[in-house]
Amino acid sequence: MKKENVPQDLSSLGKITKEVCYATDSSGKYVKELSAGWEVKINALDVAWDDIKGRIARAKEQVLNKVASPLLFFMEYRLMDISILSDYTGFWKWQIKRHLKPDVFNNLPEKKLKKYAEAFNVTIEDLKTMTVHED
Amino acid sequence: MKIDFQHVQSAHCESGVTSSLLRKNSGNKITEPLAFGIGAGLFFVYVPLIKINNGPAIAFRTFPGLIFKRTCEALGIPVIRKKFSSKEQAEAFLVERLNEGTPVGCQVGVYYLSYFPKEYRFHFNAHNLIVYGKEEDNFLISDPVMENATMLTTYELERVRFAKGALAPRGQLYYPQNDGAITDEQIKKAIIKGIKKNVHMMLQIPGWFAGVAGIKHTGKKIKMWRDKLGLHKAGLYLAQLVRMQEEIGTGGGGFRYIYAAFLQEADAYLPNNGLLEISNIFTQSGDLWRTAAVQAAGIYKGRISSQADFNIMGDYLIEIAELEKNAFKALKGIKWQ
Repeated sequence: MKKENVPQDLSSLGKITKEVCYATDSSGKYVKELSAGWEVKINALDVAWDDIKGRIARAKEQVLNKVASPLLFFMEYRLMDISILSDYTGFWKWQIKRHLKPDVFNNLPEKKLKKYAEAFNVTIEDLKTMTVHED
Repeated sequence: MKIDFQHVQSAHCESGVTSSLLRKNSGNKITEPLAFGIGAGLFFVYVPLIKINNGPAIAFRTFPGLIFKRTCEALGIPVIRKKFSSKEQAEAFLVERLNEGTPVGCQVGVYYLSYFPKEYRFHFNAHNLIVYGKEEDNFLISDPVMENATMLTTYELERVRFAKGALAPRGQLYYPQNDGAITDEQIKKAIIKGIKKNVHMMLQIPGWFAGVAGIKHTGKKIKMWRDKLGLHKAGLYLAQLVRMQEEIGTGGGGFRYIYAAFLQEADAYLPNNGLLEISNIFTQSGDLWRTAAVQAAGIYKGRISSQADFNIMGDYLIEIAELEKNAFKALKGIKWQ
């Protein structure tokens, strides 16, 4: 890639920092050139986030329909799968699968809820009520 | 305390950290491309069974930690690397090093990395940064992918050093032991070693999932994605491919441009080995990866969607595989002067 062809399409990252690309100057020598972003990868990231937003919305619906506990919602919201959540909380995967059932979740003691709340970085009250504050 | 340390922005976190931590020993000679090449950083691997963010695991670079390890090894520099089970010990050890005046590399997770924009925060645990001081409750951070040096509070740093999930850093930190200057002779030997290692990684790993064979295999698979996965999921998979290839940290073109830059710099140390010509092939390859990314974007944006479009996409990868095979074969065949 030639230096003058390094794309400068402002991305959400570009507002915070430009990134280094390696590109060639007029003599063909590689130099570091800063890029504000590239539309192709902005779109790729958008595709990924649209998918995540869809998953969060579906999880929310399942919780409201009492098919799943709020854990499902927060797992999608925090981009966690059962294995990551298991690592953060110390619960076994099969325990988490049980806690994903609304009836089991509703009877969880405060101590266990606290572990989930910490993993998701929310309060216990917010965890129960599926409330999020942008951070 | 604050160590006399100059923040330098680089394309890729680990080769950037390696270059910066070796700056004192090398007198600025181990640039990012040299660290990347000596560390045999270039790779390709496609593992459909492992899912990352609901897509297949694809990587254009070698496994985390190896670039620093191999570069130091090849240069004959001893390395200290430590993991911790206790957060308190992890912090105490770090602070001791800072008090001694040693900047320290840390492996961290990016999900809770506060200075990253939210859109970029995934559960990716193999990011690298340098801690070079502490002022009150703030650690001074040189994150190689950022334009400027930054800071993290004690709690924020602890959180990212003890991120959980795949490749959990477990407080991991590392630094080279300062042992005098690095000579040009050492650098020459290390370059040859790094190139040989990279040839092995790209040409000689058995199986269809890694190296040049992995690129070709992925190209063939992509042609089947439309029927097998449906347009929506195929689009998600292609978007994942493009992100791994082009996102911040790659230097563009799936790290191929950094590697081309490495070969140019290597040529200055080892002229008359034809490295400049081979560097040009990697530039072509990087350009072709980017052309493929534009095609992929057409698909995931829904602008194009026919089987012919998927075939073109797959053929790009097959062409790239051929190109890189020739480049690595040429590297393999060098009779070093």
